[in-house]
Amino acid sequence: MQPFEDVVAEHGPVVLRVCRAMLGHADADDAWAETFLAALKAYPDLRPDSNVRAWLVTIAHRKAIDQTRSRARRPLPVADLPETPSTIGVPADPDTELWAAFQALPLKQRGAVAYHHLAGMPYSEVAALLDSSEAAARRSAADGIAGLRRSYPKGIPDDEHERQ
Amino acid sequence: MTSTNVSDQQVIDDLFAITTSGPTTSDIATEQRLHTRLVDAAERDGVLDVSYRTIDSPVGSLLLAATEDGLVRVAFDREDHDVVLGHLATEISPRILRAPRRLDGAASQLDEYFSGQRRTFDLPIDLQLAHGFRRAVLTHLRDIAYGETASYAMVAAASGSPAAVRAVGSACANNPLPLVVPCHRVVRSDGSIGQYLGGAEIKQALLAMEAVT
Repeated sequence: MQPFEDVVAEHGPVVLRVCRAMLGHADADDAWAETFLAALKAYPDLRPDSNVRAWLVTIAHRKAIDQTRSRARRPLPVADLPETPSTIGVPADPDTELWAAFQALPLKQRGAVAYHHLAGMPYSEVAALLDSSEAAARRSAADGIAGLRRSYPKGIPDDEHERQ
Repeated sequence: MTSTNVSDQQVIDDLFAITTSGPTTSDIATEQRLHTRLVDAAERDGVLDVSYRTIDSPVGSLLLAATEDGLVRVAFDREDHDVVLGHLATEISPRILRAPRRLDGAASQLDEYFSGQRRTFDLPIDLQLAHGFRRAVLTHLRDIAYGETASYAMVAAASGSPAAVRAVGSACANNPLPLVVPCHRVVRSDGSIGQYLGGAEIKQALLAMEAVT
């Protein structure tokens, strides 16, 4: 079994990307840290032939669902604002049409796009994560990408787009 | 049905871009910050079974690894640090993280040793990687003072098995804590230097350093 440090080095960036995709940049750090802490605890019991990346993304997916639920329950945070602003700055979400469109996708579509296209997982594993069939996961990802394409400016001719 | 000319691949590439780097900090800084956070949480929850770091020394890069009980492994460059970490994962636990803080004490004491300012190590050590007679031998090695040497035969006698000279040799050759448990101070009865897991030239250099300081 590899030392866990190697697991963090190899898969840390992918898991962070998935957390950002599912929760936004501000909450992604918490989800990443919780994912790897949970993974570290369970790591000695992981079967040696396991797909480590799929295992990590599965944990991250559950953390993202938990956070989304608790965020829905969380009262407005106005009373909890710190007295002094943080000097390192809270990671902000990109101010782009694409980001807004991505966050507006239904959860299954966003998950299918993130897990297949950003984390590189096959649709069979994406389907297991999203509790759907492989065909449905494939369709969710395609619908998601189609939805995102609509957020791009219209009417730029192909050749002009390539020059940009 | 498409309203734009953008390709699917372009959308995916752009998604990578907006989920890869934070706008306020570089990703390397983010990864370091998250790694530190993971180490802190793992220590708090008692699930950091082995922490490690490397230090530069006059005898090359050294790997230092510790459990919660103390320093468990010191490894020379020629032992291949990745191989050593792989062994630690198998023999102790795969819950291993690079976590310099737990090894600050060992690192600074080794620095002091190499600069001639320290003659004994005052560190908690964990001898779990040595078993049976080998562990008994290592315990006796700590009695050989700085600047002195003992023969394999003398160590065998001190460990209660005068005939076990070869076993003393193999205990030294498999010493998990070289430098801190001073197997370099064990030499042949005829005065020749004998072998060393870090290389005979390093053993020679350590004995020469200890002879003058």
